[in-house]
Amino acid sequence: MSLRVAVIDYQSGNLASAARGLELAAAHREIAVDVTITSHPEELKRADKIVLPGQGAFADCATGLSGVDGLKNALLERVAAGVPFLGICVGMQFMAERGLEHAVTPGFGWIRGEIAKMDVGSARLPHMGWNELSFEPGSHKLLDGLQPGAHAYFVHSYALTNGRQEEIIATTHYGSEVAAIVVKNNVAGTQFHVEKSQAVGLKILGNFLSWSP
Amino acid sequence: MLKLRVIPCLDVKDGRVVKGVNFTSLRDAGDPVEQAALYDQAGADELTFLDITASSDNRDTILDVVHRTAQNVFLPLTVGGGIRTVQDMRRLLLAGADKCSINSAAISRPELISEAAEKFGSQCVVVAIDARQTGPGHWEVFSHGGRKPTGIDVLQWAKKVESLGAGELLLTSMDRDGTGEGFDLGLLKSVCNAIRLPVVASGGVGELQHFVEGAEAGATGLLAASIFHFGKFTIGEVKQALAAAGLPVRPLVQDKI
Repeated sequence: MSLRVAVIDYQSGNLASAARGLELAAAHREIAVDVTITSHPEELKRADKIVLPGQGAFADCATGLSGVDGLKNALLERVAAGVPFLGICVGMQFMAERGLEHAVTPGFGWIRGEIAKMDVGSARLPHMGWNELSFEPGSHKLLDGLQPGAHAYFVHSYALTNGRQEEIIATTHYGSEVAAIVVKNNVAGTQFHVEKSQAVGLKILGNFLSWSP
Repeated sequence: MLKLRVIPCLDVKDGRVVKGVNFTSLRDAGDPVEQAALYDQAGADELTFLDITASSDNRDTILDVVHRTAQNVFLPLTVGGGIRTVQDMRRLLLAGADKCSINSAAISRPELISEAAEKFGSQCVVVAIDARQTGPGHWEVFSHGGRKPTGIDVLQWAKKVESLGAGELLLTSMDRDGTGEGFDLGLLKSVCNAIRLPVVASGGVGELQHFVEGAEAGATGLLAASIFHFGKFTIGEVKQALAAAGLPVRPLVQDKI
């Protein structure tokens, strides 16, 4: 029986790469998967794993997600029932308590903190490009097979602030320390684009597929 | 530390890669999907497709190229050329592009930048500026593949583009493009000082030292086409040259999946 993975479609950015990345990562580990790009609450209810990509502004994405009838509720229900969840970029940011981009917008509140404009001094924004991950090797299943200093592709101007140390399992540095991967119980998120981070990203996607929190 | 981005650009016409000197006398350098996969393995940090298909009948060939590339290449992919509307951008993003680069359409209707940024996020919106020097410390924006003067000052336009919500600037010196004489460093420095957006430098690279100069002038992305296509330098050699100059690059050796 294939692992059913739902990639949530709410009209945000490049979903094809996330779906294709999951398929390739699964093939490398000989995990049978059925990856569906979907906006149907019913599909989420059947899913074994849920991936929420996201590009753009927090408030706009929140509107997009709420704009599909029943989708957000189905997501919240499934996650509360213990289904493993991976948020990518803005999908990760939704896991926080609130977003401060354009307006104050509530997040899912699964992890502590808020999504605020990055303080980068004289550096350029967006934080765009490949940056190194810092983490304690072996500290989490999602990091299996990765070495500290591995590069991931970031594009964002807002980031998690006031986060709880134990919910941040990897960071990067741009102006100051930036939360790169967050995890709590069965929910995880990457600020960077796993689906655009070549082998490093595919490895994390593979780890997510084998993860049984 | 954030790394410089070395970005090969594939000029694509009717679904095939071409690149010429000063935008004319095109030579065929092969299949874009195959080339993209090679650059992916060679350590490129991003890829850019510039679609120069002239006939509107063949405009959809780029969608197929993007779709097939995104099947196996997990790098950020920028597509430019011929994009007129938010709908054009959406089709490219759905095909697997990550960023859309707009040029002439943004000049004739600057609101396209803010509309696209609102719909897809700033990170999807690259504004390409083709610049030509018109006097000491003065550059003018050219449209339509660098053929048509617009009367717009490059620095003013760069600031406006930033305020409208673009996420990145692709700055090409039309004076240098295809010459191999190096980036127009005066242009690059002026624009990098005028805005806080990431700037990708383009046009004129012929030697490894030119990449170093571009980075030192403030560009965080360095784009080149011919020198890669015709094998003058590899991405690895470019990165070695940058690293030797003390500049941050992503190492070539990548983990296997």
